[in-house]
Amino acid sequence: MNKSVARHTSGGTGFFLFPYSVWSVLFIVVPLVFVAYYAFTDNNFNFTFENISRFFTAVSQVKNPDGTFQEVRTYLVIFVRSLKLAAVSTVVCLAIGYPMAYIMARARAKTQRLLVTLIMIPMWMNFLIRTYAWMTILQDTGILNGFIAKLGMSPLHIIGTETAVVIGMVYDYFPYMILPIYSILAKMDEKLLEAARDLGCNGFGVMRRVVFPLSMPGVISGITMVLIPSISTFYISQKLGNGKFFLIGDVIEGQYIANNLHFAAAIAFILMVILLVCMGLLKYITGRTVHGGA
Amino acid sequence: MKTTSKIYTSLIFVFLFAPIAVLLVFSFNDAKSLSVFSGFSLRWYRELMSDENTLESVKNTLILATSATCISTVVGTMAAYGIYRIRREWMRGVMNTVTNIPMINPDIITGISMMLVFVFVGHLFGAATSLNFWTLLIAHVTFCLPYVIFQVLPKLNQMDSNLTEAAQDLGCTPLRAFVKVTLPQIMPSIITGAIMAFTLSLDDFVISYFTSGNDFQTLPIRIYGMTKKTVTPKMYALATIIFVVTMVLLLINNVVESKDRKEDRYNSEGGTR
Repeated sequence: MNKSVARHTSGGTGFFLFPYSVWSVLFIVVPLVFVAYYAFTDNNFNFTFENISRFFTAVSQVKNPDGTFQEVRTYLVIFVRSLKLAAVSTVVCLAIGYPMAYIMARARAKTQRLLVTLIMIPMWMNFLIRTYAWMTILQDTGILNGFIAKLGMSPLHIIGTETAVVIGMVYDYFPYMILPIYSILAKMDEKLLEAARDLGCNGFGVMRRVVFPLSMPGVISGITMVLIPSISTFYISQKLGNGKFFLIGDVIEGQYIANNLHFAAAIAFILMVILLVCMGLLKYITGRTVHGGA
Repeated sequence: MKTTSKIYTSLIFVFLFAPIAVLLVFSFNDAKSLSVFSGFSLRWYRELMSDENTLESVKNTLILATSATCISTVVGTMAAYGIYRIRREWMRGVMNTVTNIPMINPDIITGISMMLVFVFVGHLFGAATSLNFWTLLIAHVTFCLPYVIFQVLPKLNQMDSNLTEAAQDLGCTPLRAFVKVTLPQIMPSIITGAIMAFTLSLDDFVISYFTSGNDFQTLPIRIYGMTKKTVTPKMYALATIIFVVTMVLLLINNVVESKDRKEDRYNSEGGTR
């Protein structure tokens, strides 16, 4: 490339980048360093492992149904529960979201646009209010049970169970699963599917061997976008779980309210590290299956 | 669409819209109940209009969202243009990665991490409470910026860079070339980015929760406070109003976007002739 052109195109770049560079260092990078700094220090900012080890070793007494007491790892139990509920929600989102994304991608262009807008509308509603609305629906004397009673069936007890928390999570993060998968499927070349059929694949074979492997990038970003917020949520569990199912987000919030900033930072730090590992694993596993499929 | 597809789609939409329907219907309920509808009334809307704390928080939310949108749109557009012009591949990689962090990180961690910095700096200066309007504004600008940047950046990449270069060859300073040539071309994306920033800021609860002080309450934080106690349909009336307002914003956004699409088509047709 000509030198004078190079000078023109790079001139002034610093001017445009400067405000954002300063901003992102001060308010994106430095805060993350501070999470680590607080996680490994005590109240006087002396180095300590105390906060991290407290997360793994703290124990508390839990009453068994038969009246005896059992000792459990307080925070580990909550963390495992968060992982489990987030994983279940993600699988449910994928299971019901994938067919929906597929149907959307097959529809006519006009219908597609309408469906995308309809899927997005609930996302524009404040999530506190959405969650609260589910609470009134799922309550023992709520709308769902009123409906069920009219059909002459016995009422369901949902509120305060893990099912209720999963329903809330699926509802809140479901569109994040559909949209990335849909955008990949919509771009897929029809000819590939025809070719697979011509070469003797049945409908299921086309799905399994062509459509699904090709949509993998959408599936991965869908999983990421559902898993991360549902692992770290702290409102859904309080409302739909009746406060009985504390999740790791609730613990962080509680420590923040109690002004235990160093322990809150430690939990946030551990959560961040584990999420990074999860994302890495996800990339690794899916990378391999995509290669194996191709 | 096949019948099974239609049934499946309707089931999904019943699931998606059931809570919203409940909100809309029960905001007009005559009685206080959130599960038995006893008659139509505007009682809760009237009560909402006389709730000064809530109205104050609506005002606060709008002030905050407007300020955050202005700052993040200007800084974000400049940043997108800067990133677009970065020559070194690794530097662009670094900028992209850093910009991605607030989008990928859970909100709770973004909130906690900024709160730690604010509290720490507050202690350094000996302030009693370090969280206020300004910390909230900084937090909102920070999580809005990536959305503006990633909205504008693809549009810049599509743009014909020869035009800007021509302007500079003809004696424009880089800034003048940007304002006169580049800016008009990327305007639709900037507007979309600004609308996104505005709605994100309006809706944010988690990050605001950790970075706001007691003196400046936004609407989502007020809602959080309200749902801690027993909720009256007043909150549903509020939700209905928010819903209608966001629908209008979405509609405006759609109109802008379809206009943009038409212009693109027009331009590309003009180009082939």
